[in-house]
Amino acid sequence: MAEKLLMKGAEAISEAAVRVGCKLFFGYPITPQNEIPEYMSKRLYEVGGHFVQAESEVAASNMIYGAAAVGARVMTSSSSPGISLKMEGLSYCAGAELPVVIVNIMRGGPGLGGIQPSQSDYFQATRPGHGDFRFLVLAPSSIQEAADLVALAFDLADEYRNPVMILGDGLIGQMMEPVVFKDHEPKEYDRSWCCTGCEGRDKNIVNSLYLEPALLEEHNHHLFRKYAAAERKEIRVEEYLMDDAEVCIAAYGTTARICKTAIAVLRAEGIKVGLVRPITLWPFPYATFRAYAPKVKVILNVEMSMGQMIEDVKMAVAEKVPVEFYGRVGGMVPTPGEVADKVRELVG
Amino acid sequence: MSEQEAKIVFDYPKSLTRMPTHYCPGCLHGVGHRLVAEALDELDIREKTVGVCPVGCSVLAYKYFNCDMIEASHGRAPAVATGVKRARPDLYSFTYQGDGDLASIGMAEIIHAANRGERFTVIFYNNAIYGMTGGQMAPTTLVGMKTTTSPTGRDPGLRGAGYPIKVSELIAGLEAPIFVARYSLLTAKDIIKAKRGVKKAFQYQQKGFTFVELVGTCPTNWGMAAVESNEWARQNMIPAFPLGVFRDKTPELED
Repeated sequence: MAEKLLMKGAEAISEAAVRVGCKLFFGYPITPQNEIPEYMSKRLYEVGGHFVQAESEVAASNMIYGAAAVGARVMTSSSSPGISLKMEGLSYCAGAELPVVIVNIMRGGPGLGGIQPSQSDYFQATRPGHGDFRFLVLAPSSIQEAADLVALAFDLADEYRNPVMILGDGLIGQMMEPVVFKDHEPKEYDRSWCCTGCEGRDKNIVNSLYLEPALLEEHNHHLFRKYAAAERKEIRVEEYLMDDAEVCIAAYGTTARICKTAIAVLRAEGIKVGLVRPITLWPFPYATFRAYAPKVKVILNVEMSMGQMIEDVKMAVAEKVPVEFYGRVGGMVPTPGEVADKVRELVG
Repeated sequence: MSEQEAKIVFDYPKSLTRMPTHYCPGCLHGVGHRLVAEALDELDIREKTVGVCPVGCSVLAYKYFNCDMIEASHGRAPAVATGVKRARPDLYSFTYQGDGDLASIGMAEIIHAANRGERFTVIFYNNAIYGMTGGQMAPTTLVGMKTTTSPTGRDPGLRGAGYPIKVSELIAGLEAPIFVARYSLLTAKDIIKAKRGVKKAFQYQQKGFTFVELVGTCPTNWGMAAVESNEWARQNMIPAFPLGVFRDKTPELED
């Protein structure tokens, strides 16, 4: 049986990547994710890989573009303002269909904002960059889940030849919890498109430039056929105590854990409350929320933001049920008591 | 009559595709491409090479080089090539960049790739102007030179437009690079010298960072005929960008 280790989230994310064959990491320091590049700067040289501290986030995102273009499993990490800078290279990765994994340990904004936990990058993650494209976005709510989702992220990146983002917050990055690295079945992915030297074949080109409008339109449609397949096959969502729920809390990541504690308190008081926790923020589990719309009296959306995921929740239920909001921002983390009070107010 | 076999002494390089280029008449990018292609052919590394194109006039160079090619975003080619070589040190890689791409938006990427001693070759085509976007001022535009964004001539004084950046000298100021040289493509004699430099850069790239600047022209945006632009470059570009080898550690690297 695999060993159970006590690890910080940032380290577990890094180790999980190494264990699924990521030998290259290009990063740039920014709080609160520095433990990821620090871990990689030591660990990757134990497995014959490379770590480069890039000159900027912009450069790092273009280094992963180059490494992915030659067929390597590659990762970068950053936090919100740094992700803004990485968005350049990531749009090119999406356009050129390169499999890369990006970890975003969110902090509050706008601008420099703060360095404490936040979920204010939901928009940036689910509506990324310039041009029509998507990331697949995975949002862990425990260290174990972070490690599992990193392994999944590399497979999804290869499967869809598209950037995959792990979206966590400072708590996921900094918290210590037991983690077990599960055995991962290595799959074979087609790498015939990679730029590895053209010996014995015609040359390959990795590119996102389509000067002919008709060709670019077709390329956009091609990308969206992949995204449609991801929407059919890759939605992951946790439904917690929803069978008899009259109140549905919608939350993801760390906030969802806080809500579970609130739910325990509220259930003890006889309030029928459950949780729908999107694990994939894109593709978003619209159908799950839609199905609960006629069954619950109210949906309470809780986020560490001014309300970003709530737009998707509202879109899912199409005004068939009221969607209320509770959020803390700026690095302020909501307490279970605050969430419970908000629920009591709604059912009272 | 003595027995003589017909022998081809000059041919199209294998490392170039047969596709007609989009370059303007008189532009020297074609010569720059050919020198790279000849180096790949002569060193027999075409099938082990991954080229990285810039944004600018040579944005479509991935169509012209007959080896695996990656298109980078503006200025980031050295970061992309860093990713290539860190992942596959056994391959050869080069970036082919113009002055706007390399010396303006890509200044951080080129300096830091050079400083890390990344093992790829940079071919830097300097014609002192943004060609593709229609002739705007570049970091290498000469003082007094008119462009669409310096209509009265580049003015480092009142308009604060700065001075032409001497990139080769800047790169040669770093510790890591093993070969840094500037050549011109203005005459046949210059081209022969440039060819030796380009080849040497590829020959030694597995030992460190190699950088070759090629002084070229832009007849279209300079508003000159081809021959006239070569002459103008000889009189104005070469004094501003003196030719020469600024760093050569290769003799110490011989096995």
